[in-house]
Amino acid sequence: MHVGIIFFLVILGSVLFHIFTPWYWTDVASNWGGMDDTITLTFWIGGGVFIAVCLFMVYCVFKFSYKKERKAEYKPEDKKLEKILTWATTLGVAALLAPGLIIWNQYVNVPKNAIEIDVMAWQWGWQYRLPGEDGKLGTTKVVNINDDNPFGINLDDPFGNDDVMIQSDVINLENNRPVKILLRSVDVLHNWYVPQFRAKMDAVPGIVTYYWFEPNKTGEFEVLCAEYCGVGHYAMRGGVEVQDKQDYDNWLQQQETFSDLIAKQKILENEKTKLAKK
Amino acid sequence: MSEDFNDNKTIQAQSSEAISGGGSGIATDADYVRPAEVADQDLYHGHSFITKWIFCQDAKVIGVQYFLLATFTGIIGLILSWLMRLQLGFPELVPFMTAEHYYQFVTMHGMIMVVYFLTALFLGGFGNYLIPLMVGARDMVFPYLNMVSFWSFFVAVGVLLASFFVPGGPTGSGWTLYPPQAILEGTPGSGWGIMLMCISLILFVAGFTMGGLNYLITVLQARTRGMTLMRMPLTVWGIFTATVLAMLAFPALLVGALMMSLDNVLGTSFFMPTILKAGEVLEYGGGSPILFQHLFWFFGHPEVYIVALPAFGIISDLISVHARKNIFGYRMMVWAIVGIGALSFFVWAHHMYVSGMNPWFGFFFATTTLIIAVPTAMKVYNWILTLWRGNIRLNTVMLWCLGFIVTFVNGGITGIFLGNVSVDVPLSDTYFVIAHFHMVMGIAPLMVIMGAVYHWFPLVAGRFLDEKLGKWHFWLTFLGAYSIYFPMHYLGFIGVPRRYFEMYDSPYVTSAVGMNEFISLAAFIVGAAQFILIYNIIKTLKTGKPAGHNPWQACSLEWLTPTVPPEHGNWGDRLPTVHRWAYDFSVPGAKEDFITQTTPPSEVAHTKVEKT
Repeated sequence: MHVGIIFFLVILGSVLFHIFTPWYWTDVASNWGGMDDTITLTFWIGGGVFIAVCLFMVYCVFKFSYKKERKAEYKPEDKKLEKILTWATTLGVAALLAPGLIIWNQYVNVPKNAIEIDVMAWQWGWQYRLPGEDGKLGTTKVVNINDDNPFGINLDDPFGNDDVMIQSDVINLENNRPVKILLRSVDVLHNWYVPQFRAKMDAVPGIVTYYWFEPNKTGEFEVLCAEYCGVGHYAMRGGVEVQDKQDYDNWLQQQETFSDLIAKQKILENEKTKLAKK
Repeated sequence: MSEDFNDNKTIQAQSSEAISGGGSGIATDADYVRPAEVADQDLYHGHSFITKWIFCQDAKVIGVQYFLLATFTGIIGLILSWLMRLQLGFPELVPFMTAEHYYQFVTMHGMIMVVYFLTALFLGGFGNYLIPLMVGARDMVFPYLNMVSFWSFFVAVGVLLASFFVPGGPTGSGWTLYPPQAILEGTPGSGWGIMLMCISLILFVAGFTMGGLNYLITVLQARTRGMTLMRMPLTVWGIFTATVLAMLAFPALLVGALMMSLDNVLGTSFFMPTILKAGEVLEYGGGSPILFQHLFWFFGHPEVYIVALPAFGIISDLISVHARKNIFGYRMMVWAIVGIGALSFFVWAHHMYVSGMNPWFGFFFATTTLIIAVPTAMKVYNWILTLWRGNIRLNTVMLWCLGFIVTFVNGGITGIFLGNVSVDVPLSDTYFVIAHFHMVMGIAPLMVIMGAVYHWFPLVAGRFLDEKLGKWHFWLTFLGAYSIYFPMHYLGFIGVPRRYFEMYDSPYVTSAVGMNEFISLAAFIVGAAQFILIYNIIKTLKTGKPAGHNPWQACSLEWLTPTVPPEHGNWGDRLPTVHRWAYDFSVPGAKEDFITQTTPPSEVAHTKVEKT
């Protein structure tokens, strides 16, 4: 008797926990609300199956506990029932898969007007690069990276000169404008993840990976590294500030471009040589 | 040594006439069983303590050896999990806990539990003990190789544990061992630690292949007369199919470990692209980190089923015996095991949706992954339909079965979240994943292991385990483990990433502090509860209630040996002959509520048995 009751309470407790939990997802701050909806749908269908299976089990425990005088039913197979269950399950699974695939299709197809952002990761930090007025990012190589060229931009690539360089772990984004995150790493795997945006993707050394989202809430968000990257993994944080267009444009104007950096270095070098001559 | 061999019994192939006609004395055509085509197996009987208990060739002893060593290793894994939970629930309480140590414990806990505990225990432990007994063989077909298999495992465990004592300590690269970080400074144990891990895995795979060949060939070639494939207990089907998976999947892990070792030691670049480290470009270039992930998960996903399929098989048998009812839909159960096994090789990249592989793979792997849910769901239905109109003994074994159903269904459904590509995006690399796989391949298989221990202990030791202690053990474990992993899913919803040594005070994470403390406390209790079993075993080995022959009134062969516990060679003078499947429980017209597999039809002529 008590066995059935305890199992029933476990099921009931699970349902109540789900309803009253203070721990639930953060408010979505990007266009990926559809992922939340699919999770909710999966919860309904999956949760329904969980509850049904467990309650059926609990019922059996109450109803068919051992009695010496009773004999169990002898029924090796029931083809019809098995067929019904197979098809019902297949249908349920298809109902879950379809929205999942539809949203994935959106996830892998980036809108044309998305602004590209180069997110560069290393052990253990982030920095960012935006295309300049030409709208294109210059190509890069890991071996080019040094103090004068922190992003490893190929010097003979004309698209690279006006790239905006943000040597900080915080980046600003324009609200309601899609961004394509281009991820690369100079050492090990990383993953640029903002829980409120829902989206994530690994940064893999040697290749450039991508994903996109459209922020739709202004404010500051924390960036977490979501792929284990060594002993500093837990401390590899960054930030995002989503701003309205006006504020964003103001911010963008204050940032340094690659050519600014080169010019500054030239001045520094000239001064050095002047000093040396004196 | 040579005189030992002289003692070996050689039993000539038995003709069908010699045995037909069993107890009732009236032989009918229905009792006919095809005669044996090959002579009985020669066995090496050990005489000294060493040949009987240490370098032993008896599959049953080897099974127990595997079981004990896997359990010992598992206890180390358990202690590591306590240390992790201490850090997560009560940071800074353990003075020596640095981030390095934390990641080393995470890694060793994961690898130990998945490979050295679960895999070794299900296949090496239960496989060795049960396969020959259940199919009516005298032993595994290659007993010597079987012995070498265990001792390879022993050395593999030794090498693994040795890594705690080498400079730099064990590897802290996560159980997935992803390069490049696994072999670069910045990850603890990137020199010696990862080396020893790879060597240990290679030894394990080599040893496992020896055992695996044994399991496969014993099932295919050494079944007794009348034991058709479709009469085998589902336990054998589960272990057999899991072994096929292991033979195909482990080589991928082996080459992965080997290639990474070459990258590490010889400076090859299988998995290493151009890397900038501390301002210097390393002498690597052109390798692909994602290639390793494909190799790893080509092993890693079937690995889930290498653990799950034996668990499916065993639980089917336990439920059937203790519900006094045949397993519902046996043929469906067999095909589901085989189907899940086959499909499990086409789903591996669902671990890699956000790995940076070509995102178009997502469509394929999400579809295959959700297809696998169908045969898995069928198995669940058949378990609960076996309970339906059964005559359920609510003993400790059945409690573990019920606990398994709840945790497995729970973990299976969260698997549908993670398998469904775009739903996986927000949840991957969070605590939701940890909660999911601990529920479905940690707790659920553990429930099966425990059920199996309480079920087969009377066979192995000849005595029952104490029921009262068993029930305490079950309820503490089940309720405790459920309250660890059920709430943990919600940490994942919040977005708490996994493998974080410390959360700091991210605004949306601080709310989880209370939960982390609660989970840690539950983890300490569940871990401690496992020692109830050890106490129970020690106590009942000497003073437990004697079990006698077939104490659960089961139908399958392992309970029908002439001596309990079965001795070397299992069957005395004559191999058993099988006349039916392993699930003839509560047959209408039968005197008792079970008919053993060896009962010829003429003895139970008045019953309404369906053809099996």
